[in-house]
Amino acid sequence: MSEGSSIFDMIGPVMIGPSSSHTAGVVRIGRVAVRLLGGIPEEATITFFNSFARTYEGHGSDRAIIAGLLDFKTDDKRIKESFEYAKQQGLKYRFRAVGNASTLHPNTVKLELRRGERSIEVVGESRGGGLINIASYNGFRANFSASLHTLIVMAQDTKGAIAFLADILAHDDCNIATLSVSRKAKNELACHCYEMDSGIRPITLEYMKSIPWIKEVIYIPDIDL
Amino acid sequence: MTIQFDSFQEWAQFCQKQACKLYEPVLRYEIELRNRTEEEIWAHMRKAYQVMCEAIETGLTEDMRSRSGMIDNGGKKVYNSPITVLSPEFQKLVARAVAAKEVNSCMGRIVAAPTAGASGIMPAVLHTLQEIHRLPEQVILESMLVAAGIALIIEKKAGIAGAVGGCQAETGTAAAMGAGAIVYALGGSTEQIFNAVGITIQCMLGLVCDPIAGLVEMPCVVRNASAAAIAYSSAQLSIAGMSGVVPVDECVMAMGEVGQSMESRYKETAQGGLATTPTGLAIAQKVLVQDIEILDDEEQQENQ
Ligand code: SF4
Repeated sequence: MSEGSSIFDMIGPVMIGPSSSHTAGVVRIGRVAVRLLGGIPEEATITFFNSFARTYEGHGSDRAIIAGLLDFKTDDKRIKESFEYAKQQGLKYRFRAVGNASTLHPNTVKLELRRGERSIEVVGESRGGGLINIASYNGFRANFSASLHTLIVMAQDTKGAIAFLADILAHDDCNIATLSVSRKAKNELACHCYEMDSGIRPITLEYMKSIPWIKEVIYIPDIDL
Repeated sequence: MTIQFDSFQEWAQFCQKQACKLYEPVLRYEIELRNRTEEEIWAHMRKAYQVMCEAIETGLTEDMRSRSGMIDNGGKKVYNSPITVLSPEFQKLVARAVAAKEVNSCMGRIVAAPTAGASGIMPAVLHTLQEIHRLPEQVILESMLVAAGIALIIEKKAGIAGAVGGCQAETGTAAAMGAGAIVYALGGSTEQIFNAVGITIQCMLGLVCDPIAGLVEMPCVVRNASAAAIAYSSAQLSIAGMSGVVPVDECVMAMGEVGQSMESRYKETAQGGLATTPTGLAIAQKVLVQDIEILDDEEQQENQ
């Protein structure tokens, strides 16, 4: 590592055991999903893949993902009892385990969530040390870490869309750190994921939402706040 | 001006030249290279120490049983045992290490120091140190900064995670941090502090990482206890003036070399050592999820 580690990682972080990839990372994936869904889900089907599939019970990743879906923070002591809280809050869930998804990261979890009329699918990867990658959102490749400020825009696949959006962000003084765009077919919907170093103003979000060819705008500030 | 924490020698020389205390370059490192304020750093250390003490308390008072059954209120048993094999202080030390580590295994709140697997060692070392010697909090916080500096160097030169360098790297580093912290807090010289670190590494050298069923429970819990004990034994030897002979930087090199040549089955993969004993395998069979779907090729495509 060229940058040199922080002493906050030598004594720290303060975390919920047993391990950051099985607890903190999984909680964070759940918290991202809550923001993508627009609230705490009523129903959730959670699929653990590969190495997660075998160990998710032993490592408590099942409790961690439910805690994340209830929007608990990574150092919340209630994580251990998240199943009880899910009952209280009316979150119904079921777990699946899939052993051999060779195309997926070893620690992958897929979330199929419903809240009211809205249903979404999120695939997240826990990459160690609490770091995550949201691999896909509703089948679109996403690839963002949620450790910066993330903007997700579902837009009609039109020419100049990226330049247009980048320009709006530049006017808001947002520096784009990473950008991924994916679409399912030509002229259909495309999913833009921008990761930015700084936040975006509510009025800018409103403006984006008002543009006819933009179907959905989701803004995820710092996931750990 | 500060240092990058590449070696103990450089750290010692820097402090000598600047006539500063051992924790000061650590503070400066974090301020200059990580853009933090001094207040933020003290606040973080204070919070970390508080969470460490809470973890001990939790482990000694609440029910600590893991789903695998391997963790079963060990800390309380040791703490309350009527038979004291060495001294009440020693009994408390190892009980606290077990208790805090059990909290980690049971999804409680802990401080990774340097990692979650070794999270019982620093709490037990520091709490016991403060209790026995009635040290002011500031001294404990300074010694934590010294410990963090020790971890920075070991991380660079040998690794601090079981998956990278085996258990010697994980509980070994925590023990080394603890030994350095003890000698610092008791007013030992820089030489004695670093000598204690070197001695500790010598004691922990070669330990493999072989957690049963891949869970961070056994042997991790008992190793947290022994690592805390080794931290004290090394501190005692060093502060008394006994030399580890091999300088600390060379001890770290040895640790790196041993870690590198360790086969991957001894690096947290649960494919060797205690994990593959008949008992280890039987526990894995019992606690790992067996009801796993296997996808056919078409579904795999879909999941892409
Ligand atoms: S055996 Fe492995 S998992 Fe357990 S404490 Fe040691 S390094 Fe960590």
